[in-house]
Amino acid sequence: MLQQIASFYNGIDPLLNIVSIASVRDDRVLFSDLSFSLQPGQVLIIEGRNGSGKTTLLRMLCGLRYPDEGEILWQDRPIETLKNQYYEQFSYVGHLDGVKRELTPVENLRVTAAMTYSSGINEDSALAQVGLQGFEDVAAQQLSAGQRKRVALARLLISDCPLWILDEAFTALDRDGVKILEGLIEKHINNNGMVIMTSHQDISLPAERLVKVSL
Amino acid sequence: MIKQPPGLLQGFSVLLRRDLLLAFRRRSELVQPLLFFVLMTILFPFGVGSDMKLLQEMAAGVIWVGALLAAMLSLDAIFRADYEDGSLEQLLLNAQPASIIVLAKVLAHWLISGLPLILVAPVLALMLGMPEQALGVLMLSLLLGTPVLSLIGAIGSALTVGLHRGGFILSLLVLPLYIPVLIFASQAVDLSMAGFDVSGQLSMLMAFFLLALVLAPAAIAAALKISMG
Repeated sequence: MLQQIASFYNGIDPLLNIVSIASVRDDRVLFSDLSFSLQPGQVLIIEGRNGSGKTTLLRMLCGLRYPDEGEILWQDRPIETLKNQYYEQFSYVGHLDGVKRELTPVENLRVTAAMTYSSGINEDSALAQVGLQGFEDVAAQQLSAGQRKRVALARLLISDCPLWILDEAFTALDRDGVKILEGLIEKHINNNGMVIMTSHQDISLPAERLVKVSL
Repeated sequence: MIKQPPGLLQGFSVLLRRDLLLAFRRRSELVQPLLFFVLMTILFPFGVGSDMKLLQEMAAGVIWVGALLAAMLSLDAIFRADYEDGSLEQLLLNAQPASIIVLAKVLAHWLISGLPLILVAPVLALMLGMPEQALGVLMLSLLLGTPVLSLIGAIGSALTVGLHRGGFILSLLVLPLYIPVLIFASQAVDLSMAGFDVSGQLSMLMAFFLLALVLAPAAIAAALKISMG
């Protein structure tokens, strides 16, 4: 699917267009007139202090929340009319890891595999890639917060989504985990994928690949 | 190369299996509605006394009220855990349509909280002195009625999942919608005890079930969307 999109777009036209969106919460303007776009092979980093609306913005980009003003367009069509046609294009890792405590990592990933386009990577090798080999059949409640985060990151590998939306994905990860995630992001954009993330961590990527948005 | 989207049936069955597995690993949730139903029905004769004729007259109502309250007891749990650990947003933001997701979750809820009641109901009914001829109708009314309770209840559960203490509002929302089911179902059992034809009442229950099956998934999905926004 990634190759299809890349060959169709040649990496020139932006796939995701955010047109002057605004968010108002309890009469307080979090951000307004915010516009940016994203092309295949780019990483968008959203910067801002705590409470500036980063998570709100990401939830809008996921279609979980509507912008109070403006539009979010995927391939020039508003995402609220696309619904599942848009949802299947991205993988979201939020503050909550979405990992069922009573299930093992493999059982958790099996659910993801049944819900998304397959990348061809199976559950075991996805877990190995995030450094969780040997923990495949341990109940997730016995894993540490960092390990559960890694299970959430393994979801990115299981499904074939051009867009990754990562909310503070580096939290709870140790140094090794940070390195793994950086490697995954780099590989993803080299495959013409796209990443939108909030992070306080500096990430080393070539400048033309990076788009920064400050809230 | 065009990739095949994930199969609807596969998504449905994997999610159903996940929810059943979760219920088996958290046993208390599995037993609670059934235990409540059995205890409530057993306690009734202690309160009312051992007048067999009186108990027999009330049997249909007692069993149906018990089933209804037992179903309500477990409603809040349908989406609560998934909402709190973030797996609900993962389930709704992917290639599978939301109606498939919610149908699988409602079916799992019914298998856990509804089906066991249907299986023990005849035993409890006999204990309350219900004549054997009415047992078939009782089970049939539960078979048609309890899925309606799960489907309607899931709408309320989806609407209140974002609230911290949603349980009270949930029961206020859902109870009025349960009353038609209660009326037709207990009337069907009463009439069959008296030897009358009950196809009219059962047809009404069937109609409720089909209507809920068609309309509820969209309503549940929309309610979840509101709760997560």
